[in-house]
Amino acid sequence: MKTRYSRQELFLGETAQRKIRNGRILIIGAGALGSSSAEMLARAGVGKITIVDRDYVEWSNLQRQHLFAEEHAEQRIPKAAAAKQRLEQINSHITIHSLICDIHGLNIGEIVKGHDLIIDASDNFEIRLIANDAAVKQGIPFVMGACVASYGTTFTVLPGETPCLHCLFNHLPIDGMTCETVGVISPIVQIITALQVTQVLKILTGAPIEPILKSVDVWKDERADIDVSRLKNADCPTCGSGPTYPYLQYENQTKSEVLCGREAVQIRPAATREFILQTFLDKLKGLVGNPIINPFLLSCEFAGHRIVFFKDGRAIVHGTNDLRIARTVYNRFLQYYTD
Amino acid sequence: MTLQINGKQVELPDNVNSVKKLLLHYKLESRIAVVELNKEIVKKEEYEKRKLVNGDTLEIVHFIGGG
Ligand SMILES: [Zn+2]
Repeated sequence: MKTRYSRQELFLGETAQRKIRNGRILIIGAGALGSSSAEMLARAGVGKITIVDRDYVEWSNLQRQHLFAEEHAEQRIPKAAAAKQRLEQINSHITIHSLICDIHGLNIGEIVKGHDLIIDASDNFEIRLIANDAAVKQGIPFVMGACVASYGTTFTVLPGETPCLHCLFNHLPIDGMTCETVGVISPIVQIITALQVTQVLKILTGAPIEPILKSVDVWKDERADIDVSRLKNADCPTCGSGPTYPYLQYENQTKSEVLCGREAVQIRPAATREFILQTFLDKLKGLVGNPIINPFLLSCEFAGHRIVFFKDGRAIVHGTNDLRIARTVYNRFLQYYTD
Repeated sequence: MTLQINGKQVELPDNVNSVKKLLLHYKLESRIAVVELNKEIVKKEEYEKRKLVNGDTLEIVHFIGGG
């Protein structure tokens, strides 16, 4: 037992190990990045790890999501639950919490409470910006990470010191490139996880953090490091002088509601914008059944559901009364859209 | 024209002579990106007028959604 952390202690020091033991970390997403960093942090002896995810394990996850096995995919176990089970086998001396839920701007504040640090392992920009708002508001570090294909990026937000994600983005991007549309290979996941977990160990043990935005393309063998301290925006709505935390506000949430008696759920995105439906249908070729298109909407079968998608981004997902399922289907569907 | 991009030496056609054209060349024009030219971040408004010359060093990071 005494030797459990000895190799890490030799490098970091014994007091560092106590600081790691006192760490309370929230991991948003139990996909590829989330399961990898959860495993590394559990092995490192972080005292409390909370892992949040809304999805369940599928066969297509097993190629890169290290915490999951075939039985989880077969039984469609929620990722957060499967992760907790495996993490407890790895280290029974730490506390693992799992939350099976859909994070949004109105519930994240409660979820973040009781943690000293947030790891971003989400799979979309909206949740990333919501987490960024919550981290800055509660004054705790936020370690962003993202990857797709053979490419990934990471950046650490230290509230009050570095720029925040909102300073770097300034609007919510729509991204057609995701792991489901262009794929991803496991090595880039491990590289981004390694960079994120290194930042976490530094923060927990009090080592200095540089305001460096990093990217790696493991296939092309390229990397970039940019000092972004100059991008800190004094008027940033999240980290500026008069913050409004826009992604935590009710009017900026993607809304979903069950349509009574119709076994359908309506999804209304926060940002209204005009979609070009014909372009969308072209991208969806081969993925959808029985498409119908008119100037106002696109209707088709996708992932076992009929989706009626309006050109302002609103949609009705038929065949379910479950908001979580409807939002998952909607998000997957939207991944295929690019301008 | 020879440029140093993300740590690698790259040979590009001579008409790729501004930050804007470089982003177009790499199909990054519609993405959110941070571009550093010779250790200095280039503002978006200046992508067109910031010319590239032989030997310039660039670092480009574009943001993605996945994870
Ligand atoms: Zn900011």
